Amino acid sequence: MEIIAYIFIAVGLMFDLFGCIGLVRLPDVYNRLQASTKCVTLGTCSILFGLFLFRGFTAPGIKALLCIVFIILTAPVSAHAIARGAHISGVRLWDKSVCDKYEEDKR
Amino acid sequence: MNRRFRWVLGLLIIIALIIVIIFYPPASLLEWQSISLMRFFFILMLCCLFCLYRILRGPTPADRIVAIDILGILVVGFCAVLGIPTGRPWYIDIGIAWALQSFIGTIALAKYLEGKGFEE
Repeated sequence: MEIIAYIFIAVGLMFDLFGCIGLVRLPDVYNRLQASTKCVTLGTCSILFGLFLFRGFTAPGIKALLCIVFIILTAPVSAHAIARGAHISGVRLWDKSVCDKYEEDKR
Repeated sequence: MNRRFRWVLGLLIIIALIIVIIFYPPASLLEWQSISLMRFFFILMLCCLFCLYRILRGPTPADRIVAIDILGILVVGFCAVLGIPTGRPWYIDIGIAWALQSFIGTIALAKYLEGKGFEE
């Protein structure tokens, strides 16, 4: 069981690292948001599930499951709020972006 | 040429940091159960370093808010990784409280950004 937990934690850390490289590397606010939020959410949930596999059904393990539920509920909501706020406050898209559906909907 | 040079430089920096993480030897720093957990910890520190770079050099305030949000989720991962080798059960409590508080802070910053309307 410990080996499976280590594999979960290592996969989660790889997702975290790739998400943060995307946060540095991509050219636009919306691209950075889209890359980093999904990757880091899934990676941290995988780390917490690894902690649950380590501890089993004791108090820290069940708290880890609760923390997974919290993160899955709150991270997309905050990402959507940031994207909406950035678009309303006038942050421009990248030059090579193809379409902007929200701008079309606002007209 | 300039873009290519910057790309290669960033890739070299990332490869050098990962090699330092893998071969850095202090096994008896905090009485860890195994060395691999310590390497996990250093990889999370590398992620936080990238987030701090984006906070320092974000062109717009929205970039900084995104980086703060990601940093708040990464701290929960820090608490989970710290909870394994030390055997203390209260690190994950800090993680839960930090997740909720980071969510509220990010929502407040996003509402502030929405009402500001700066011209760029």
